[in-house]
Amino acid sequence: MSALLSVTNLSKEFGGVHAIEDLSFEVQRGHVHSIIGPNGAGKTTLFNLVTGLYQPSDGTVTLGGRDITGRAPHKLCEMGMARTFQNLQICMNMSALENVMLGRHRHLGSGALAAMLKLPGLRKADRACREQCRELMHFVGCGDYQDHAASAMPYGALKRLEIARALAAEPDILLLDEPAAGLNATETDALRSVIQKIAGKGITVVLVEHDMKLVMNVSDHLLVISYGRKLAEGTPEQIREHPEVIAAYLGGGARERQAREVPA
Amino acid sequence: MKEARAMKKNILISPYGGLLLLALMLALMPLAVSNDFHYDLLTKICLTATVAVGLNLLVGYAGQVSLGHAAFYGAGAYASAILTSQYNLSPMVALLSAAAGVGVMAWLVGRPILHLKGHYLSMATLGLGVIAAIVLNNEEQLTGGPDGVGLPPLSLFGHELSVFGEYQFAGLTFTGVELWYLLAAAVLVIAVLLALNIIDSPLGRALRALHGSEIAAQVAGVDTAKYKLRVFVISAVYASVAGSLYGHYSGFITPTVASFEHSIELITIVVLGGMASTFGVIIGAAILVLIPQFLTDFQELEMVVFGAILMAVMIFLPRGLLPSVLQRLQRGAQ
Amino acid sequence: MFSEFFQFTFSGITLGAIYALVALGFTLIYNASHVINFAQGEFLMIGGMGTVVLVGADLPLPAAMVGALVLATVAGILLHRLAIAPARDADVVTLIIITIGASIFLRGLAQFFWGKEYHALPRFSATESLSIGGATLLTQSLWILGIAVVLVVALALFFGRSRLGKAILATSMNKDAARLAGIKTQVILGVAFGISALLGAAAGLIVTPITFTAYDVGIMLGLKGFVAAAIGGLGSSTGAVVGGLLLGLSEAYTAGYISSDYKDAVPFVIILAILFFLPNGLFGSRAAERV
Repeated sequence: MSALLSVTNLSKEFGGVHAIEDLSFEVQRGHVHSIIGPNGAGKTTLFNLVTGLYQPSDGTVTLGGRDITGRAPHKLCEMGMARTFQNLQICMNMSALENVMLGRHRHLGSGALAAMLKLPGLRKADRACREQCRELMHFVGCGDYQDHAASAMPYGALKRLEIARALAAEPDILLLDEPAAGLNATETDALRSVIQKIAGKGITVVLVEHDMKLVMNVSDHLLVISYGRKLAEGTPEQIREHPEVIAAYLGGGARERQAREVPA
Repeated sequence: MKEARAMKKNILISPYGGLLLLALMLALMPLAVSNDFHYDLLTKICLTATVAVGLNLLVGYAGQVSLGHAAFYGAGAYASAILTSQYNLSPMVALLSAAAGVGVMAWLVGRPILHLKGHYLSMATLGLGVIAAIVLNNEEQLTGGPDGVGLPPLSLFGHELSVFGEYQFAGLTFTGVELWYLLAAAVLVIAVLLALNIIDSPLGRALRALHGSEIAAQVAGVDTAKYKLRVFVISAVYASVAGSLYGHYSGFITPTVASFEHSIELITIVVLGGMASTFGVIIGAAILVLIPQFLTDFQELEMVVFGAILMAVMIFLPRGLLPSVLQRLQRGAQ
Repeated sequence: MFSEFFQFTFSGITLGAIYALVALGFTLIYNASHVINFAQGEFLMIGGMGTVVLVGADLPLPAAMVGALVLATVAGILLHRLAIAPARDADVVTLIIITIGASIFLRGLAQFFWGKEYHALPRFSATESLSIGGATLLTQSLWILGIAVVLVVALALFFGRSRLGKAILATSMNKDAARLAGIKTQVILGVAFGISALLGAAAGLIVTPITFTAYDVGIMLGLKGFVAAAIGGLGSSTGAVVGGLLLGLSEAYTAGYISSDYKDAVPFVIILAILFFLPNGLFGSRAAERV
């Protein structure tokens, strides 16, 4: 086991408020690593820092041993990092399939001249890309919407579309920001199996999620943060028994609820 | 069966089907028109539409506003004028050099301004356009100032193409005006073909993603700054080529080709015809060239009527003429 | 030497006061509705031309002025009611084209009814100019500065003290919340357009005695006002005033010391320089994009 992603002493301030403070953790290659914490704990900010959308105030992030702190998102994509968003980032002016094909951008030639002249090599690659992306849409379970306009798709399908787009990049590491938010029980169940299939392909998954049942089911490792700081870390079993987590995060009466929601 | 019907429908509404239709219409146009005045309007429509097709890549597809695009059109026209009359370059060489020069210019000015968003990008492009027009007005030694400057007729492969000439091909006689129309139509068809190719490519997807969600584009690996710059340069080169051709066609240009009003006219064409609709903006160009002709009887009221039409179309068909009409047809068909 | 400098400074501040008023008009509408109103310059034209025409119809000057201001205010409210409000959900570019359409429409009406000729108004005071330190100061400049200051203070009081002003502020901060608090936001936006038109018309009116007016003066004045507003960061009133004065002074010094051919380019060079280095204007806030 080696760490694929490691975050060291990371901090982010917004006008004097510490959204993330001195946070360190590692994500092992091949793991499903979940990050949980109450609303406003800084989970999405952490994602934005790791994926280059925000510049950290302090600290470093490394991917596969290379320092990637503050590197532009498109460079991180080329290095094998992909993500989804809690508040969907879908191109509503494009079809569903095109959104997924956008995800394969780093694997396609995009020279202006080749595009203008429609060179055969480019066409062939693009046709192959189209087929791969159709398969990906089936894989994540939104294959029925291939030729729909993205703007005509229901919320649950859009969430899966984002996962398909991220997978299209063939990432080594995939960051999912609350993929189950807004999904019903059946959809969440389907999502669980998708995440497990992704992990089965050897892709490292970092998951931010509120649905504890889902988290406990799929995770190899958990990180609990609160107010931008690390509260606890460990396997699902360890976290479930962690007194501080139960007290601070799960709150009063959590034990009973947890016992109900998380079959041991 | 159902699939076959879907396929057929796809070809009919596919952009390349539209291109075929456009080429056919342009080729048949000479049957419908008879006099030089009509050819003149058609030529102007084709050249204006060429600029609009390029500008649409930037504004309609990539979602980046330019309120100063006439500057590139004017730069192309003036570069052609100066290179041919003061440096004795042949018109085609001048046209290509102008296009290359304008491309470099767009690249240089685009780098600092394209990271601006929304109204600030509008402001910056507008500012560049106004400055370009003022420079053309004031550098009289080079540009002839407000009085303008003349250009020699275009020459292709050693043959001069003048609007006043008469030409023999395979036993047929063409007037210069007719040949100019055919040339402008051919340029438009090529411009549309190249634009459609760009849109239907990974590059085009990346450009549309800039409009749809810049963040999605970034995390999908699109270097957004680079792509904005690219499409800015491409659209500037479109404008430059059309500007050079217009200069040779009319034989005389003034700084108004680069004016703020002309920039506004260009962006209006794109928005009126339909953003992100290549054929829509061609209709937009036709309308903007033709409106003044239809309004000659009410010359005094031309501005009032034009302003009213502009507002009405944008209020009632905010997506532009062609996309709105197509949408209604589709809804009607269901 | 110094007299020359004073001279340029006087004319710069005078011009700057005008730009500041136009920029305030832009800012007001931008804050209330996030629309850049390209027809703002036409309100200046209506202010100047309207007064000229009414004076020509044998109205006494003060009555003509009031008439022109009322006319412009009505035009501003109608612009919102008929062109902006129906297109509420439109794209930014679409809204830009709508206001450009409105500006062409208004210019066209002015040309049709009032003609294409250039006009002037008599100066407001009998004494034409004063001499200060060797420099000539037009009394009209004093009128312009005085009226501009009164308008700016009145505007500040209006937004700080009056219920209507506070309702406009609330609407500009959060339309939905304002609506929930019982504010009729569409009416409020109409009022904002009306006030903005009034400001523009006042600026156009007071500057006419020294610069002439015609149906098409609104284009350049409007653009420069937009530049002044953008210098201030689009949406900051202080920024709009500072931006206006900055523009006026730089334009006057350029015309005086460098070249009057390029004075119209000055505002645009300044705004480009600012945007290169401060992408949100001098007074704009830099908010992190929410993802």
